[in-house]
Amino acid sequence: KDNEEEESKEEESCSHQNRPSRRKNHQRENSSGEKAGVEGNRQRERGKKAPTKDQKESENKEKKTNKKGKDEENKQKTDRKNSSSSASSTSSDEESLSEEELAMLMEQVEQKKKLISTMRNKPWRMVKKLSVLREAQAFVEKFEGALGKGKGKKLYAYKMMMAKKWVKFKRDFDNFKTQCIPWEMKIKEVESHFGSSVASYFIFLRWMYGVNLVLFGLIFGLVIIPEVLMGMPYGSMPRKTVPRAEQATAMDFSVLWDFEGYIKYSALFYGYYNNQRTIGWLKYRLPMAYFMVGISVFGYSLMVVIRSMARNANESTADGDDKNFIFSWKMFTSWDYLIGNPETADNKFASITTSFKESIVDEQESNKDENIHLRRFLRVLANVLIICCLCGSGYLIYFVVKRSQTFSKMQNVGWYERNEVEIVMSLLGMFCPPLFETIAALENYHPRIGLKWQLGRIFALFLGNLYTFLLALMDDVNEKLAEEDLVKNITHWALLSYHNSSVENGSAATSPPLDPADVPRGPCWETTVGIEFVRLTVSDILVTYITILVGDFIRACFVRFVNYCWCWDLEAGFPSYAEFDISGNVLGLVFNQGMIWMGSFYAPGLVGINVLRLLTSMYFQCWAVMSSNVPHERVFKASKSNNFYMGLLLLILFLSLLPVAYTIMSLPPSFDCGPFSGKKRMYDVIQETIELDFPLFVAKIFSYVANPGLIIPAILLMVLAIYYLNAVAEAYQRANAELKKKMQMQREEEKNKRNNKASTNPMLQDLEDLFTPSTKRESAPKQAEDKKVESPNRTIPVEKQGKAAALDGSPMMGGRGAAFTPPPHVFMTQPPMLGIRMPYPGQLRPRGHLPGPVPGWGRGQ
Amino acid sequence: QDCTFFTRKEILRLHGRYHEMAPNVVPMDYTKDPDVKLPMQLIINMPELKENPFKERIVESFSEDGEGSLSFNDFVDMFSVLSEMAPRELKAIYAFKIYDFNTDNFICKSDLEQTLNKLTREELTAEEITLVCEKVIEEADMDGDGKLGFSDFENMISKAPDFLSTFHIRI
Repeated sequence: KDNEEEESKEEESCSHQNRPSRRKNHQRENSSGEKAGVEGNRQRERGKKAPTKDQKESENKEKKTNKKGKDEENKQKTDRKNSSSSASSTSSDEESLSEEELAMLMEQVEQKKKLISTMRNKPWRMVKKLSVLREAQAFVEKFEGALGKGKGKKLYAYKMMMAKKWVKFKRDFDNFKTQCIPWEMKIKEVESHFGSSVASYFIFLRWMYGVNLVLFGLIFGLVIIPEVLMGMPYGSMPRKTVPRAEQATAMDFSVLWDFEGYIKYSALFYGYYNNQRTIGWLKYRLPMAYFMVGISVFGYSLMVVIRSMARNANESTADGDDKNFIFSWKMFTSWDYLIGNPETADNKFASITTSFKESIVDEQESNKDENIHLRRFLRVLANVLIICCLCGSGYLIYFVVKRSQTFSKMQNVGWYERNEVEIVMSLLGMFCPPLFETIAALENYHPRIGLKWQLGRIFALFLGNLYTFLLALMDDVNEKLAEEDLVKNITHWALLSYHNSSVENGSAATSPPLDPADVPRGPCWETTVGIEFVRLTVSDILVTYITILVGDFIRACFVRFVNYCWCWDLEAGFPSYAEFDISGNVLGLVFNQGMIWMGSFYAPGLVGINVLRLLTSMYFQCWAVMSSNVPHERVFKASKSNNFYMGLLLLILFLSLLPVAYTIMSLPPSFDCGPFSGKKRMYDVIQETIELDFPLFVAKIFSYVANPGLIIPAILLMVLAIYYLNAVAEAYQRANAELKKKMQMQREEEKNKRNNKASTNPMLQDLEDLFTPSTKRESAPKQAEDKKVESPNRTIPVEKQGKAAALDGSPMMGGRGAAFTPPPHVFMTQPPMLGIRMPYPGQLRPRGHLPGPVPGWGRGQ
Repeated sequence: QDCTFFTRKEILRLHGRYHEMAPNVVPMDYTKDPDVKLPMQLIINMPELKENPFKERIVESFSEDGEGSLSFNDFVDMFSVLSEMAPRELKAIYAFKIYDFNTDNFICKSDLEQTLNKLTREELTAEEITLVCEKVIEEADMDGDGKLGFSDFENMISKAPDFLSTFHIRI
């Protein structure tokens, strides 16, 4: 089963075959027609960039063989065969090498190494690659040892060995990593059916899953597990116990489903955590850990999102903004090589054909606007309608949240009343996008622009809804805070009265003998917020899955099976099959993630739920797509929108950071639940840790650093740095644009030149031929430079004519008698141009007497 | 592994695929370096290539003899170039070879016509085809020789936003 071994052996044998006849091989290659063609081609292409590796290599080889003769090569061969003798032979080699040779050898070894590492980028045949690789490896292996000298030799050899081991390790690690990437085959399958755009959604989903897994690991490993293992057990204190009044129903499914009862008083939510400074025998500082994990969740997410954005931006440096290559790109890059499904291929063929036809039409008649006023009016109308929709949905949510607050005070409310907010939000999310789409039909935008608008509107809708929800929630929190004060007084009073009584009784009980279930307690607004977010997430999951099930699967079944007995063709006609809604799905994912980020501080278990959700939705959506969706009729491009989605994600991340930061910085934590209870603000935990656990000078440093006198200059510095970098980027951009323009000009001129040359002016061409030698003699490099910079414009030949006129008869031209025939023609045919182009023909004459014309004349214009 | 963009596991998987296509011709044991080649007909029927309008050209460009039969080395080479990790320059070289139907190292008008016909399944009229071909040459031809050399092609393709994402095959 050792396939790899076999392969390596195969490679080995291959190289063995090749090595003895290396040079012959070379010749053979050159002689064989196609290979030579490839080689030549390649050399031509790369010749400018760098002297080709291959050439260098062969040169080296040549040198080597010249120097040491044929026996060297034989030695090399024998080296490989019986490695026992190799040590002695190399040592003898080493002695015979001089310093110079050593340096050269070193260089060669480096070159070979470089060759090995860049081998995969060479457009060679595999056989050649293999043979060259083997050769280079053998070379490196052989001479590596010879390079170190004296006592450094052993160290050198050791270093090389370690380097080799490291390479091996890295390779193994890479192998391992590729094995760890999940769902490769699943995504490939989807890709081959639906093209790269749909697959990009699944890749995004997978990426999201990875990010959430890390977040989950952070929260689970550093917060939940320590609390469960080392914290006080359930029932030991009020915050970890279900209140007496709720205990009867605490295990009912309907209660649990609302995340009340036992779930509310579990480690999933903020309220469960104790404010003990250290827990367990490890002295684990849980409140501190809780705070730091909360921050690092955001920190990590920000870092990951920005890093992947930067990577995407780097990859797409060649931004296809310029309109130079519309047809060429369509021709050479429109086929998606990933497609492996006949139906998708059909669609792709069709879409390519239509896109070609579209651009042909575009090309033929650039623009035909019929009624611009009507269109403008319609667009304004559409935007007004959409703003109305947005405001309406915002108000609806506000209204519903307000109502739910009154419901929450009443007893015996039904299921609908309790879940009204979530239901309304989900329904809005379901029905508004299609509504927007209908309205957008009024606008009659180009589909790609239309898609952007649509995405922006849905984004605004979601964002508005989310923020209304947050505002309403904030109202709720403030109410709860007021209520809490009341409860605080009550408990305070109860404790006080108890103490009084105990003092009277003369006993010294430290804690009241109240059952933890009976202690009066505050509303704990943090847990309420956490529960809201968890509910929202769960209802979102359900709505998504049910939409997929009903909207895609049932519809597909209906269309498929009822089609046999229906009066029109269902598959081609009205309901047909659903397409996979990429943008909607991506937006849903992004918003869901925003919710997770916002909620994870108050409900540490939320990330766990999300990981489950992503995992199931990967399988579920893959199945749904494969079973009940049809490929898109118009295939969108995936590559460009990638960073767009990432940008949305970043925006959401920032927006979800705001409310959390606000609550942390400015709201007082509940007095009887959560890890920060008893503190004025949540961030006090940091100060506390610094004061109590760190040496004094750290606290001092911290207080200095936190001083506004230092923070403000730091911010200023950052702003300045941003400004500077921005300016630099702008300058680069401008330079870029300039270069582009220049290239364009050059291109056009070259074309013009060629056209002229080919068709109209054989005489001019003659002239050019005639006078280029003289210009060359005058200032060849400068002229060449001019040609590059200014690009040879039409004036040059004319100027040359001028020069011809000026220099006519000057001794310089004497040598070129044969070329002298055309000038008379020039004087006959071109005088007017001469007069126009050369403003001072008279001046030139005197200069003609100088040893040579002033070199500056070529550039004068 | 040094010669391709694949890891060991992927190469083994590729070998599995190669073996699968002709189990009685391709040996599992490659120690003796058998000289086995599979004909083009077998390879273009792989599901990865089946729908590709340029499948014959792809296989031909990677075959040693230019006839379309691939040894295992060529086979690995093909998917290595078409893999996600291959750099743009390398891909451009092979894309050029693929679109160069008559292998004269230039993409000339007849090549463009063939490409277009394959892309659209010959649904464009003759005038449209000539128009598009002229347009392409006008856009991309830098040196004005009426056909696209490799430098023209590379210049054009290096700016294409979709080239990297579309010119790859996941195996």
